[in-house]
Amino acid sequence: MSKIKVVHYINQFFAGIGGEEKADHKPEVREGAVGPGMEFNKRFKGEAEIVATVICGDTYFNENTEDAKKKILEMVKKYNPDIFIAGPAFNAGRYGVACGTITKAVNDELQIPVLTGMYIENPGADMFKKSVYIVETKNSAAGMRKAVKSMTKLALKLAKGEEIGTPEEEGYMPRGIRKNYFAQERGSKRAVDMLIKKLKDEDFTTEYPMPDFDRVEPNPAVKDLANAKIALVTSGGIVPKGNPDHIESSSASRYGKYDIADFNDLTSEDHETAHGGYDPVYANDDPDRVLPVDVLRDLEKEGVIGELHRYYYATVGNGTAVSSAKKFAAEFAKELKNDGVDAVILTST
Amino acid sequence: MVKEIERAGIPVVHVCTVVPISLTVGANRIVPAVAIPHPLGNPNLDKDAEKQVRRKLVEKALKALQTEVDGQTVFED
Repeated sequence: MSKIKVVHYINQFFAGIGGEEKADHKPEVREGAVGPGMEFNKRFKGEAEIVATVICGDTYFNENTEDAKKKILEMVKKYNPDIFIAGPAFNAGRYGVACGTITKAVNDELQIPVLTGMYIENPGADMFKKSVYIVETKNSAAGMRKAVKSMTKLALKLAKGEEIGTPEEEGYMPRGIRKNYFAQERGSKRAVDMLIKKLKDEDFTTEYPMPDFDRVEPNPAVKDLANAKIALVTSGGIVPKGNPDHIESSSASRYGKYDIADFNDLTSEDHETAHGGYDPVYANDDPDRVLPVDVLRDLEKEGVIGELHRYYYATVGNGTAVSSAKKFAAEFAKELKNDGVDAVILTST
Repeated sequence: MVKEIERAGIPVVHVCTVVPISLTVGANRIVPAVAIPHPLGNPNLDKDAEKQVRRKLVEKALKALQTEVDGQTVFED
């Protein structure tokens, strides 16, 4: 059998082009392996080879999804690979969404097997785990070797059209696909066995896990805007200059509460962003671009809204654990409620 | 964070650039923004025009807050 042909997708960072300042990099294709592709090639042990690498900036992909998709599909088509691999993206949100989007597109449009990898909390995981095989990885590139190892194994199977085992066996995220099989014992016995284990407080594995729908019902609309107190919250990392609470540029472990009673306008003199996940030039130059204090102050003066709440809350939404974000907001939402805030505008980058 | 604010009983609008993420997270009122590094601004415009863009978006966000919704809603225009 001839060598399996692989096309690999990575972002500007893993291609060594640059960080956030280069995140608007347009799609390009290079012959052979680049960056993490080298590790893949090593692990393929001659069975497969990356013939080309597609590189695209994360911001470019997410802001120009249709255009990026079209260009990348053309690039991939030219090489006619046996499998298309994207990432791994770990906990990089935009990269994960890009990997999910492009693998799904390649699979749908070109009917080529695809594979990607990312951390379970990456937003791309929830969005695409049902459509494509996503190998679960650690939350940072420190898990690269392990990720590539699992991805290589699954990639070879997919490319060869071999049967794919269960999510536990192969290391991918459950896709919600049910497969019939012959069990040793009939259902009633299995159910009773499970129940007995449960009563004994022993571990058991359910055969039908309930889906985890954490949805919150929308609250009623604001009736009287002219008398409403509006508060601002952001995950875009806007903080007073100098970042007094030392909110981390990624994986934030805290949030800040800041008084804006004396501000009609945020400027580069007094505020900045602590966020390490996007190019900070625009937000530092004019923080209103993320936290629109100037406009809300105008609307307050004009009587459109009753009042802009004197405190805003901010954290950095960059690889921040969902559990942390939940904890932050549960805490400050109580304060907002006690302060008589009627509605919140939450801005995200 | 959007969900916890909503859970506390305060209506909230999420102004963000990557709408699919907001939908996955579970925001109920969503207003699409300009761009990732400057969701409520556009550095290519002059200061006044840029502030107009920002005001339009904030007005759209306020409009969303004044609209009864019955599940996740993206306010396109």
